[in-house]
Order: sequence, then structure tokens, then C-alpha cells
Amino acid sequence: MKPAPFDYVRAETIDEALATLANEGGEARIIAGGQSLMAMLNMRLAKPKTVVDIMRLKNLDRIEEKAGVVVVGAAVRQASLMGWPALPERLPLIALALPWTGHVQTRSRGTICGSIAHADPSAEMPLALIALGGEVHLRSARSRRRIAARDFFTGMMTTERADDELIEAVSFPVTPGRHCAFREVARRHGDFAIVACAAVATRDGVRLAVGGVADAPVARDWPRLDGSALDDALNAFAYDLDARDDIHATARYRRDLVRLIGRDLVREVCL
Amino acid sequence: MTRLPSDRRHPVCFRLNGRPVHGEAEPRLLATDFLRQNIGATGVHVGCEHGVCGACTITVDGMLTRACLTLAVQIDGCDVRTIEGLAPSADRLGTLQSAFRRHHALQCGFCTPGILMSLDHFLRQRASPNRAEIRELLSGHLCRCTGYTPIVEAALEVAADIAAECKSEKGEASDA
Amino acid sequence: MDSFRKLPADSDPTKLWVGQSIARVEDPALLTGRGHFIDDLGTRPDTLHAAILRSPHPHADVVGIDTVAARGANGVAAVLTGDDVKALTSSLVVGVKASVECWPIAVGRVRYVGEPVAVVVASDRYLAEDAVDLIDVQYRVRPSVVDPLLALAPDAPILHNGFSGNVASDRTFRYGDPERAFAEAARRIAIDIRYPRNSCTPIETYGVVAEYDAAESAFDILANFQGPFSIHAVISRALKVPGNRLRLRTPPDSGGSFGVKQGVFPYIVLISAASRLAGRPVKWIEDRLEHLTGSVSATNRVTTLAGAVAADGRIMALDWDQVEDCGAHLRAPEPATLYRMHGNLTGAYDIRHLSVRNRVVVTNKTPTGLNRGFGGPQLYFALERLVHRIAVELDLDPLDVIKRNLISSAAFPYRTASGALLDSGNYPEAVARAVEQGGLEELKNRRDTARAKGNLYGIGYAAVVEPSVSNMGYITTVLTAAERSRAGPKNGAQATATVALDPVGCVTVHVASVPQGQGHRTVLSQVVADVFGIAPTDVRVNTELDTAKDAWSIASGNYASRFAPAVAGTVKLAAERLAARLSRVAASQLNTDPDDLVFVGGVVRSKRNPDNRLAFARLAALGHWSPGSLPEDVGQTLRETVFWTPPQLTAPDEQDRVNSSLCHGFIFDFCGVEIDRTTLTTRIDRYVTMHDCGTILHPAMVDGQIRGGFAQALGAALYEEYAYAPDGSFLTGTFADYLLPTAVELPDPIILHIQTPSPFTHLGSKGVGEGNCMSTPVCIANAVADALGAMHVELPLAPARFSEMIRGTEIAAPGNSSASAAKTGRADRRLRGEGSASVSAAPDKVWAMLLNPATLKAAIPGCRHVERIDDSRFRADVTIGIGPVKGRYRAEVTLSEPDPPRAVTIGGRAEGALGFGEGEGRITLAPNDRGGTTVRYVYDAAIGGKIATIGGRLLDGAARVVVGEFFAGLARHAGGSARPSHRPPARLIARIWSLFGTPR
Repeated sequence: MKPAPFDYVRAETIDEALATLANEGGEARIIAGGQSLMAMLNMRLAKPKTVVDIMRLKNLDRIEEKAGVVVVGAAVRQASLMGWPALPERLPLIALALPWTGHVQTRSRGTICGSIAHADPSAEMPLALIALGGEVHLRSARSRRRIAARDFFTGMMTTERADDELIEAVSFPVTPGRHCAFREVARRHGDFAIVACAAVATRDGVRLAVGGVADAPVARDWPRLDGSALDDALNAFAYDLDARDDIHATARYRRDLVRLIGRDLVREVCL
Repeated sequence: MTRLPSDRRHPVCFRLNGRPVHGEAEPRLLATDFLRQNIGATGVHVGCEHGVCGACTITVDGMLTRACLTLAVQIDGCDVRTIEGLAPSADRLGTLQSAFRRHHALQCGFCTPGILMSLDHFLRQRASPNRAEIRELLSGHLCRCTGYTPIVEAALEVAADIAAECKSEKGEASDA
Repeated sequence: MDSFRKLPADSDPTKLWVGQSIARVEDPALLTGRGHFIDDLGTRPDTLHAAILRSPHPHADVVGIDTVAARGANGVAAVLTGDDVKALTSSLVVGVKASVECWPIAVGRVRYVGEPVAVVVASDRYLAEDAVDLIDVQYRVRPSVVDPLLALAPDAPILHNGFSGNVASDRTFRYGDPERAFAEAARRIAIDIRYPRNSCTPIETYGVVAEYDAAESAFDILANFQGPFSIHAVISRALKVPGNRLRLRTPPDSGGSFGVKQGVFPYIVLISAASRLAGRPVKWIEDRLEHLTGSVSATNRVTTLAGAVAADGRIMALDWDQVEDCGAHLRAPEPATLYRMHGNLTGAYDIRHLSVRNRVVVTNKTPTGLNRGFGGPQLYFALERLVHRIAVELDLDPLDVIKRNLISSAAFPYRTASGALLDSGNYPEAVARAVEQGGLEELKNRRDTARAKGNLYGIGYAAVVEPSVSNMGYITTVLTAAERSRAGPKNGAQATATVALDPVGCVTVHVASVPQGQGHRTVLSQVVADVFGIAPTDVRVNTELDTAKDAWSIASGNYASRFAPAVAGTVKLAAERLAARLSRVAASQLNTDPDDLVFVGGVVRSKRNPDNRLAFARLAALGHWSPGSLPEDVGQTLRETVFWTPPQLTAPDEQDRVNSSLCHGFIFDFCGVEIDRTTLTTRIDRYVTMHDCGTILHPAMVDGQIRGGFAQALGAALYEEYAYAPDGSFLTGTFADYLLPTAVELPDPIILHIQTPSPFTHLGSKGVGEGNCMSTPVCIANAVADALGAMHVELPLAPARFSEMIRGTEIAAPGNSSASAAKTGRADRRLRGEGSASVSAAPDKVWAMLLNPATLKAAIPGCRHVERIDDSRFRADVTIGIGPVKGRYRAEVTLSEPDPPRAVTIGGRAEGALGFGEGEGRITLAPNDRGGTTVRYVYDAAIGGKIATIGGRLLDGAARVVVGEFFAGLARHAGGSARPSHRPPARLIARIWSLFGTPR
């Protein structure tokens, strides 16, 4: 399991990285933490001609709070965000979700933005981004733009990111004092989620986001529901996610978890 | 910007267990193969090459790292630590290693280097971890021989020793 | 656990070393990363590296292999295909008499996903893999079969013409008078079970370094092969060299085997052939993807087991019907998995009447081989589930049923109905102690409390007889008595050991035991130290095997848990024989009788007069320096080699009775489990395991073996399955999908011991390595059955499997939802979907586009080339990408059932390095109210190959992306909407809802 040949570019400025992407289009891939990409390279599922390493770009290594959002740069490792002292208070949902993301040994290298760019349907960070209504900051040699999380994930491991763009940062709205809850069911600790649910209290009610079921994480916004109204909403949501069977779980099992865990989390957040 | 063409070997200079070393690598050469074959650090074991089994775990610039998910060229300029650097000298075992031996925490020994690197890193940073925290750290490693319990026991014993030492050092400091 | 005892510095010199948990001599090197595993060892400078191209198809003819590009690639020295290997080797021996061939590489046909198809040999592994990607293979796909019962069906696809259908062997056995027992019994109670495929997956994979010496027509091979070395004959025959021209060596360290590294032997043949063809040494280190797909697996088995049962639960007879699935080839030593346990078909119970039907089938799955437990897990899953079922049916306590049937302690040595001689045991006592020390009563209280709260809690039991030291003749039970007498006798289990003394009086020991972490070097130093009265650190043990230089036999190796009972005992014998001769030398030196002498504390001294003594080292060296001074009839005192074979291991008799193993340990387990009502996961609340493995040589190592076996067994019970789709695609090709339990998932078992020494082994010890693999899966299954009141429990206990049982019928979808429960839950694993796209061109224009190669090429993203073969067929060269995963595919597309311009069916096949796919879709074109077309499609597809093996979980979504991209491209080309919709997307609904804040 050895990768196919590629050129390695160690970008010293972001413009260098962007120029490479502009020139090479879909044949170049960004490598950040490498925890997702390297496995694909080793298995020869991906064979880019060029790999662009952005981890030496200091200005991408920042966690900053400004104007009501926390901006996490592309080079910020999952372990760094997990160790950010303000995390439990400013982004409590992420503080709940990160311990479920991989293992200590992969969080030490893997990045937040890398997980979002990879867009695995069972991954925790894309789910958190959707649940919090965050944004993805894309940048190419020509332009910069921001996309809302719900528009960013377009399908199974497919995103709005164009071939010549990289994710410069992601931003999560800060909602201090808002209740949130997270729960994940996986076969083993640290595995891909079979179902992961995140609930966040919103101004008018609650948002429930579900990962691991549809091709990408999906969120619903509801007013404060309870009783049979909540059960009906959860049931409709469960079926609309179009769950499938796979070797680890059945569609029905996933729907049951959406209904059961969804209800627990919504109730917890609405209290 | 540094572009390393795919078809050539490029110098990789780094510190390995405190000493400067250098080698050459094509961009796609994995750090596991580079460390094992070019540098001779065969204590870094290859178990899966997709980052799940943990046998290849080392530290790079103080971060626990799956060497199989790292390119050789990425460790250029870094401070790399492997199992070979864990013992105080060639004929002695370190504290954690001795504890492993006492607790029968290894059988075939193939997963052991990676586990020792994880535990060594963790115990340096974490005072008084509990059993669950140690099991969680170990969940990033696969072992087929031991059933993990003796490893947990060895780690807890070392953690307790470290805690006792810290306590007595604090005691001495306050006495002084 | 107080097995970890340290030795005080001034320990009593008369205390025996055997039975103490001394520190392992293996550990310092392993703990410091200085092990000598096969890939750590240097090779000759001209050594080449091999990479293997493997079949993506479960069953296909190999129509052609184009290796031209591969052979010309950078660094490549040679490329071998099946024809090359066939020219250099002979077929591997097949376990039954049939005109069937078995090669280490596909010859004309592939029969399982992962079967080698070609081998590239190059200057490094990276370049070899590059060249593998350049090999172009044309397959003609055949229908495949993966279920053993379907393989028995008359219309099943046939794998080998030399078998009767897919049945490699069909044997019946009868012991006692089972028909009468069933006729007279109060009840006949039966169960059907299916035991799944799994494997012990050591963390170190296979490794082979092979060199062919053309001048001497001899092979020199280094491989982490674990034995048995009967395989040496298989390899030499395959390589067409006499046995003494096959030098097989093992590296000092092996990273776990658990039986699996017996299965490296076909690769030994393959890589040796490669070396011969290339004219240089060749090294191959298996990678994990290869290991999961193409090493070995344990067998999966379908069993119907019936018991003739008395009203009080006594089992009078058993009727076994076993269908054993050995995968695509019956490779040596199969069907050994089935016959290894033949003497133990009645388990721990005193049952005298037995009828057995054993069928061995082949299916399009990886060939099977040794795996820890070897036949025990499959057998006991049936037997102990039956015992549990009997208890439920008769409304008895399962433990009472077990106790009522156990062989009594007075009956040993006990000959089972099918011929095994159980050496020793006290089963009722073991059970009684386990119940008391393990706290069964308290566990029952926990169960009652949990159930009172409405929780799902159950208790399960298992009683298992664990065989060790296999009789090399047991496999001949698969032959009839007449066939056996023609073939010549096979029996016994020779162990070899050499103890040697060097010129300064130090002791070295060599054994052919090939350990993979079981601490042989340490335990043997204890055994020998006790004989000579020296310290274990004075004894050096070497376990590397070199068939050109060392004493070995076909039984050599580490399997069937033979180390403690056979190898250690043989070492003791060798040391004792040497000690006896040394005694006579010392007696003459010290002027006393040998009977007066004792070896203790590093000296040999008189019991009567302790000052009359001689240092052991000096005595030992005498044989080198002064052989002339030895008494005449003593012989040499430099070394002793012993070959030991226990007389109890006789060949199967005329009535097909066979003592399949020398020693029999006993295990009694019970556990309490709780099933979470939300996640349906099974949590082990307590697990108690009682072991009788005879004399314990090193308590910490014995516990280590139990913990390791328990861990793998828990994996088999809860997480591990080598899963295949009905179409033969292999689905668990990485460690992300084949789930090994980690430290978080593994509970801590309570381990208890009782010792009834074996009268058949020199140390009284029995094997201990495999027991929990046999007991734990069924113990947990019984507990789950108890918790759920379930009749059928299948492993692995994936939570999703309990949904219907625990929750009944699912809540229906809301009335206005287009989704439905019926659409999901597909057993055939085909991918189905539907969607629509909006194209701003009229239907007849769209129709023309679909039939025009030029438009198609422009419309489809990644399409390099479209060629029209005829009016309804196209060939295309397409690059398909999903996220970072991009592959190039050769596709053939057929249009059928045309209804222009309204509808057409598109069928296609695509093949590429990442896998293959085939499918069919119906496309309908309807004019919309804007002068354009609404294109609707419904598709049904299957995807196989690498992408299915590695990314199975993502296939559904991947197919949707691919299909979606096709229509997106079409729409873009025609000027329509950039993105098609696959039914109203959930996020669209979410947006609408968030605007209105109303649920449905």
C-alpha cells in the first residue's frame, strides 16, 4: 500500500499554495493533517499529481474570536482546538464533539478544516458546522468567498469547493449560554459514527443536526416541540434522511436512533 | 515555495531521539519506510498503513504521529522520537518499559513500540490519569495478544509512581 | 491478579522455577524496538521486491493478461502470471482425493476476491505497485456463490469440476446406537446455527524472502511460517525439489500468528517461483489490505444439531449435520478445521451415541486455514447453544443441564464416543469452584434487579473441552478406512528438543517450536534450570528453525497449543537424559553413587555429604575438555536431542474413531450481559472463566494466553466478521470495517484456575491458548439469548440485528413522505436510486444527445473518449471522481427498450483499477412547461472490486454522486440547471421549514 508518485510542494505563503491550485486544478490536493488524505494515497484511491502541504503557513494556525464568531484557520489541529481554553464556554458543542472525533493519536495531527474539506458523511466536525450554522471560508488565487455550511456539503464527500480553492478557515457562531447537546453511536470508540446527533437551542426553538445517515450532515430547525409533535417531527426527519443499510448498521436501526436520540437531545436542550 | 519533484530523492534532515540524522527520500516515501530502511529505526513497526492499528506511532515535534500517514519529507527539520530513544541506555529499560515487563504487558511485541510511545507522551502531560482515560488513549492501538489489561495496569503503576514522586518533590520544595 | 510475582534476591535454591512468573527474557529487546521480525532483517543487496495484482472478481475466467507495459516499467525485473507459475511448480496438495488443482495464483480462472493474478518483481515495493497498476486483465465474469447452503443447490455455480458439485467431501459417521437413542428419547430438540467468518489478524503480516540457487537447484527461504512443518513437504513438492533442497528458515521474532501464519505457505511457493524466474532473491511483505482479503480465514459453518434428550435434561445422543465452508480452494490442511475436533464432538459430556454428517463445500471466498480455536468455536457454538435450548424447552436451569451431563471425575482417562482419550479432569469440581469464586449467585441477583427495572439482562454458560497437541493423523479421518489403508498410516505428534553444553559449561537449548510471543525461550529456561539446579539466566534458548541444520519433524511448529504439553516436556526429557549421564560422571568424580547426587544451587553434590560437590559448569565442560576421563559406558555428555511422540496418538481405527488430540483441558465460563435499550449494544457486566490446563508452568503467561484468547473471542462475538455481499464482493477490507476490539471495548475477565495434571505429558501440562475462542462466543450468545428470550442468536452481535426482535415493527413513514421502510432493508446489497434533472432543451433534442457520442463525450465530466459500436452500444473511457477518489474506467453502455423520445433503458458495465460496476437504469423524458425536459431516472447497480472492499460503507452515496454527475453534465451541456435533484433534498426541506418553522 504505497502511494503513486506525486510532486510535493511545501507552501511558505498562502499565495504559493493558491497558485499551485490554480495551475493544476483537480490534479493537486492540499495536505493538512493528512489523517484522511494519506490513507487514500496509500490505498491508491486518490492519485493527485501534486500534494501541497500548508502546515507551515503560520497565519493559518490561528483560533480567533471576532464579531461573534470563532474563526479556526486551516492549519489548526483538532488537538489544538480541543485544548483552547475558551472552547467549553464559547463553543460548547465542539467541546462535546471533539472527544468523539478519531483518537488522541489522530487528533494530534488531523485538522478541523481538513475534516470539513474531506466531508465524510459520518464525520463530527462537518456535523458541528451544520449544527451551529457556521461558514466555510474559501479562497482561490482570484477571489475569496464564504459559504454557509448548509450549502457547502453537496453530497457524499462532495463539497462546493472548486478545484482551485482551498479552505482558508471555518467559522462557528458563538452562542454563549445557549444549550447544546451531542451524542454519537458508533460500533467502537473513535469509529465513524453510525448516527451522530447535535442539538442546539436557537432563538426560536431548537436545531437538530444528524450525521452518519444521509450523504452529508443534515439539520432541521424547529420551534420548541414536545410530546407527539416532537415524535412526528423526528419520525419525518428520520425517514427523510433516506437511511441505507451497510455492513455496520441497517437503515431501520439508524432511523430508530434518530428518533430516540433526537428526542433525548431536543428535550435536553429545550429544558 | 519548495517543490520536490516526484522522480527524485531529496535530502531530509532531522533530529532522531536527540541526534541529528539525514537521509534522502522521494516525496511519496512514507515516514515508516524511511525511518525503517533509510535510517535503520526498525522499532517503528508497520501493521496496517492506514492509520488504524497504531503500531507505527512516534512523536514529531512533540505530537503523537502515525508514521504511516506521514511523508518522509514532512519530518524534515523536525524533532522525531521513536521507541529506540525511550530507554536511558542500551542495556537498561526505562520506567514504563520495566513496568511492562513486570506486568507481562507484551507477548509478541509487535504493537508494543507504538503503545509505549503513546503512553510515554501521555504520562508526561497528564497527572494521575484514571483507568478509563488510559483505556481511551489505548483505544488508538490494536493488540491481538494481551487483551490490554496488563498494559493498563503497567501504565497505572507508572502514573502512580510519577504522582508519588511529584508529591515528594513538592514536599521537599516546601521543606527547603 | 497475583500471578505477577517477583523473585526475592535470596530465593530458596531448592524452589522450582517452573510454576513461577519470572520476567521474560524476550522482553528487553521487544520493549526497546530491537526485535528481529522478518522485515527488520537485512537482505542480500540484489534482492527484489514483489507486489501482487489480485482479483477484484469473486468468480471469473481470465481471458487475457497484458503485462507488456508492466514489464517495461521503471525498476521492474519480471512479471509472473499463472502460466509462468504453472510452468515452474506443481499443484499444491489438496486435502481430499479429487482431481482438483490448487495453485498459489489464478491459473485461467479466479475464484475469490483477492486471489493473486500476477506478481511484479521490482527494485522496491513502490515501483512494483506502480507496475501492478499497468497490468491489464480481461475477465469474463461468472456467477458466484458465497453461501454454503446455496453452494449445495443443484443450480449453484460450480467452482471446480473435480468435485461433486461444490462438495469436496461428504462423510457420515456413526458411533454407538444413535437411532435407538433418538427413538427412545423423551424429546428430540434441535437447533440450526450459522457460524460466521472471522480471523485472528496478527498485527504483523506475512513475510517471505526467497532465493533460488540455480547451480544447486535448491531454494533458501526465510518466512514467518508457524508450522506445522508437514507443510515443508507440500512446499518442496510444489516447487519440484526434493526435501533436502528446500531450506526453510524462520526469523527470531514473529508478530503474532494464532494459526494464520500457517497460511503463508502458498505465498512461499509463489515468491520462490518469482525468485527462480527473476534469478535474484525476492522479498515480499504482505500489506494489510492483502491480509484481510487474501491470507486465510477461519471457516464459516452451517450446523443442524439435534439431541436425544431425557425429561431431566440428560442428552443420550447427538445428531450432527455440519456444512463446512472452506472457501474457494481446499488448501492444506483443510478440511482439518472440521476434523481437528472430531474426537470432541460430545464436548464435556458423557454421551455415547453419535451420528455425524460432515459436508465440506467450496464457495467464492478466501480459502480457509488455521485460526485460533481451529474448529472449536464452530463446534461449541452449536453444542452449547443446544444445551441452552434444551434448558429453555424443558424449563430447566442451563447450569443443571450442564452438570447433569458432565463426564464424571472418576471416568478419566475417558474415551469419547468418537475416539478421543480425555487425559484428566474434574469437571464438576471446576464448575463448583467457578460458581463459588466467580459469584454466580450474586450475578443472578444483579440480573433480577436489572430485570425488575425493565432492563434486558441475561446470563449464559459454556462448558468446553479444549484439545491440545494435535494428532497429525486426525486429518485422515476425512478418508474412509479403505482409503486410509491405501494411503499409509498417519499418526503421532513428534516434538523435538536439543539440550547442549558448551566448553565453559553453559547450557543452550534448541527447539522447533517457532513462537510468536508465547515466551517459549523463558519457559524452557525455567524447565531446564530446574533439571540442572541452575538459574534460568544460565540457560539460553534458541527457537529459530532452519530445516537444513536443526532437528525437526512434520509436527514442528507452534499450533494446536502444543508448546506446554509437548515441547516443554520434550525439553525436560532431553535435559534429564543429559543430567543422568552427568550424574554418572559426577558420581565417579566424587566417589559416590548417582542416586546420592542432587543438582542444586549451581552445583552437583552428595546428599549425604553436602561438601562433596562439583560446580555444575565444571562438570558440564568435562565432556569437551576431558572426554577420556568419563566412565566408558556413559557416552558423550555434550548434547542430547530427543524426539518424543506420545503413544496415545494413534491413527484412526477401522470404525473411524480417532484420538484427535493428546491433552484435553476444561473450561467453564459464565457471564452476565446487558443490552442497552437505545443503542442495542451488548455490554458484558461480568465474565468469569475457569480453566484447567493441567500443570501451570508460568502463571503470568498462562493468564496472558487466556486474556488474549478472550479478547479475540470477544471480537468474534461482538464485532468481527469477514463480510461478503451475495455477489461475492468482499466488504471488510480495512481495519476501519473489520473491527477489532480495543481497550475501551474489552472488559476484564475474572480468571480462575484448577489443575488436574495430564498423565500423558512429562510436565503434566496441557495447552491453554485456544480455549476462550471456543467458549466465549457461545457463552455471550447464550447470555444474549437469555436476555432477549431469543431462539436464534447470530454472531457477530451487531446492535442493528436486534431492532426487530426488541422493537417489533417499525413506525411507518409519515403519509406524505416519499420514503418508505420497504425501500430499505435490501438483502441483496444492490444499489438503487432515482432522481430527476431539468434540461432546457426539448425532449427530442435530449433524446438525440443521448444517442450522439460527441455530445455524450462533451456532456459527461471526465469522459475522454466515446465510441459508437453500433446503434445501441457505446464504449467509453471515463474518469470518475468522488471527492479525492478518482479512477479511470473502461465502460460499455447499451441502450435498450427504446421508446423515442420518451424513454430508454441504459445498461452498462465499467471496469477500472479501483473496481467495477454494472447496472441498469430507466430514463424517461417528459416535456416541462418551459419548453424543456424533465429527465427522470431510476437505477439499479452493483459495485465491486477495491472500492467495494475498502469503501463499502460509502458505496451507495458514491453511486448517487456518479449518476448525479452524469445528468448534471448532460443538463449543463444542454443549458439546463447546473445541479439535478435526487428527490427533494433534505436540506431544501430544512430551508423551507426554517422559513416557516412548521414540522410536517
